[in-house]
Amino acid sequence: MSLDSPKEPAIELVGIDKKFGTVHANKNINLTVAKGSIHGIIGENGAGKSTLMSILYGFYHADHGEIRISGKPVTIRDSQAAIAAGIGMVHQHFMLVENFTVLENVMLGAEGGQLLAKGVASARKELKRLEDDYGLEVDPDAVIEELPVGSQQRVEILKALYRGADILILDEPTGVLTPPEADHLFKVLRVLRDQGKTIILITHKLREIMAITDTVSVMRRGEMVATRKTAETTVEELAELMVGRRVLLRVEKGAANPGAVLMSVRNLTVKDSRGVTMVDDVSFDVRAGEIVGIAGVAGNGQSELLEAIAGIRKPSSGEILIHGKSVAGVDPAGLRDLGLAHIPEDRHHMGLVLKFEEYENSVLGYHRDAKYGRGPLLDLEAMRKDAEEKIGKYDIRPPNPRLRTANFSGGNQQKIVVAREIERDPKMLIIGQPTRGVDIGAIEFIHKRIIEMRDAGKAVLLVSVELDEIRSLSDRILVMFAGKIVGEKSGEAGEQTLGLMMAGIAA
Amino acid sequence: MSTASVPLPAWINYGLIPLLNLILAFLFSGLVVWAIGESPFEALQLLLIGALGRGEGIGFTLFYTTSFIFTGLSVAVAIHAGLFNIGSEGQAYLGGLGAALVALAMDHYVPWYVTMPFAVIGAALFGAACAAIPAWLQAKRGSHIVITTIMFNFIVSSLMNYMLVRLLIVPGKMAPETRTFLPGGQLPKLDWLIAMFGGKIGAAPLNFSFLIALIMCFLVWVLIWRTKLGYEMRTLGISPTAASYAGIRYSRIVMITMLISGGLAGMMALNPVMGASARLQIEFVGGAGFVGIAVSLMGRNHPAGIILSALLFGILYQGGAELSFDMPGITRDMIVVIQGMVILFAGALEYMLRPSIVRLYQQLTGK
Ligand SMILES: Nc1ncnc2c1ncn2[C@@H]1O[C@H](COP(=O)(O)OP(=O)(O)OP(=O)(O)O)[C@@H](O)[C@H]1O
Ligand SMILES: [Mg+2]
Repeated sequence: MSLDSPKEPAIELVGIDKKFGTVHANKNINLTVAKGSIHGIIGENGAGKSTLMSILYGFYHADHGEIRISGKPVTIRDSQAAIAAGIGMVHQHFMLVENFTVLENVMLGAEGGQLLAKGVASARKELKRLEDDYGLEVDPDAVIEELPVGSQQRVEILKALYRGADILILDEPTGVLTPPEADHLFKVLRVLRDQGKTIILITHKLREIMAITDTVSVMRRGEMVATRKTAETTVEELAELMVGRRVLLRVEKGAANPGAVLMSVRNLTVKDSRGVTMVDDVSFDVRAGEIVGIAGVAGNGQSELLEAIAGIRKPSSGEILIHGKSVAGVDPAGLRDLGLAHIPEDRHHMGLVLKFEEYENSVLGYHRDAKYGRGPLLDLEAMRKDAEEKIGKYDIRPPNPRLRTANFSGGNQQKIVVAREIERDPKMLIIGQPTRGVDIGAIEFIHKRIIEMRDAGKAVLLVSVELDEIRSLSDRILVMFAGKIVGEKSGEAGEQTLGLMMAGIAA
Repeated sequence: MSTASVPLPAWINYGLIPLLNLILAFLFSGLVVWAIGESPFEALQLLLIGALGRGEGIGFTLFYTTSFIFTGLSVAVAIHAGLFNIGSEGQAYLGGLGAALVALAMDHYVPWYVTMPFAVIGAALFGAACAAIPAWLQAKRGSHIVITTIMFNFIVSSLMNYMLVRLLIVPGKMAPETRTFLPGGQLPKLDWLIAMFGGKIGAAPLNFSFLIALIMCFLVWVLIWRTKLGYEMRTLGISPTAASYAGIRYSRIVMITMLISGGLAGMMALNPVMGASARLQIEFVGGAGFVGIAVSLMGRNHPAGIILSALLFGILYQGGAELSFDMPGITRDMIVVIQGMVILFAGALEYMLRPSIVRLYQQLTGK
């Protein structure tokens, strides 16, 4: 990979190789990242991106290969060694102590001495300086759990900088952010780069790659297949490099053919665990053969709405009707029997039991079925065969139903959930963030499945914070803001219009 | 990945690490023995010979093992559903009442093998009943099961005192215990089992409930890994949110799990009450319920592991008793210290050795 870069490389990975059992996650990877640049890494789910970064950060050890930082070979045994080498990592799932303040979190593990007070004063000064230098505003005394996700992520970045990181790794940092938060993050990253920091950014969103990176590398099935200067490439080229074929970046769908109302929500009000009203007097219908999309900035009540319909969260007033009958008091199992399938927003906490083997998760919620064993017993053979079929059909990699679910890459975990719910052939499907962390090839695949469901006469309710996704799939779009439905638009509504409604500005 | 989540081969996880823990425990115990001026090697030898040297010793060892298997299973079943049942002690105690009532009612009329199934059910029912209220409080009121089960240990203890001193005591006698059961209310000794290996059981109380314990191990294995109920318990134990998503009812699983857990603890009573002393005595559980926690932890909450760790504790109990008899310098309390060491190293300090073993393993395999 000899890009004639003027600057000296911050990181060189030479011949990195890593196997997990039979899975060859990284095959002889060579990568050079120039100092003071933003370097994007893209690739399909399971391509080996996270593994490569985990090796750089000392979570895993490469079977072969060498890591050089600023030209010097280093051995990175664990994350302390990575920090000592000036590498910081912002994890997708934040590693913050929820009930500590920002300052306490930043200091944690770097208190400097046995007496706290002295350390606190100097840490506060240092934190202030970092915030000013890089435009990373957060209140040092705010408690983490009360901060929005975007700010929590800034704390993660501050933590890394506080420990003297010159190299910052971000693995899918925007998956959980709202668009304005993502914009803010990018502003911060640019400032960091301009001050000489080196940044590695993993993302599935090619738009982000084009917007912010200087160089981009593409991985496929464990190999590094290409590196391009961002200015000299296009979204189409990158997509093709990633998947190895041309990808439809926008799904094709025919006109909807809506039938009878299958699912209705009437004056629904839902409170969260603290008693705050999250869904406020919402009413709508979903008909057979249509996709109703709910657009909105994350945290405006969509999650609570989905959970209420799925029977997980009890509404405080109002009704949910299925086939015209109220389902008050029916639990998720009963709703499944009525033909409702649910792809939850949060696959790690709801959709999957990460410690289970894959085949155990592929029956979660349907495990009482006679298909998976008569009477009280489970038929493991039947479960595994069933899982294998889904693995084949949804191209879940690696194709091993006995692998622990936690060891699948993020996108493949999502496919496990999607396969389970869609293959039940439900009458109604409610979906939260179906493609979070999923690669473009798989997005195309999942979107096609959702449209097939619609064309087969199912009622589909879709919640997503990705406006593109809502617009390309929905036949009708409801915009949610502060718990209320503030308007309804057709599937063809413009981004601008929807954006304003989502911000609560126009109706 | 911190070292805690690096996958290690099964032989390291289930073989090497427990073995090293055990060796460490013995090493430290050896230091203590040495410090009070006795020879650690001689002590170890006496302990092993006492536990395994003769048919009678083995009979005692397996007798203790039986009790620990029951209480270990009781703790393990609850742990799989994410519940920490500290009440096996009290549940076993009340289970004794169930077994004794059945034995007292039937021993005049029928042979032991007719009484036995009823006694198993009686013991399990009384054990389950003791777990029912803490379970209900956890399921419906959110009162922490650890606290309520501990409280129930005390409640049961007082209740049993009252029962034995006031109601069940043989009139005119001093000892707070029931009358001795007739053979129809006793479980037969397993002298043939020891004889199979050419030993003599002597006075050892090893009895039929050992076989019941092994059957329960198999049934618990089926329950946890081969039934829908077990699947729901494991889901709830690992991820309560995933369980609620999957329509697994929290209160139902908590109730059922605790009833099974309490039932298993209750069955422990068969061993001392109907197998050994043929009467219900005060404080017959003698801490076996608490040992069950260590047994389950050390056995990785798996029936096969529980059999092995129950055997280990059986050896410690029996060998320790012999040791304190043979070595005047070593008192009963010293034995408790040694048992404590095993619990400490095997259960609580499980994560002490792991990181260095992971590092060593990675270096040796070049990863
Ligand atoms: N601890 C592990 N044990 C076994 N296999 C693993 C482990 N970690 C990762 N893998 C496998 O290695 C491959 C690469 O995974 P990795 O997480 O690096 O992919 P990724 O490119 O980050 O994908 P995604 O975009 O979905 O996050 C996958 O096939 C995955 O299943
Ligand atoms: Mg990844």
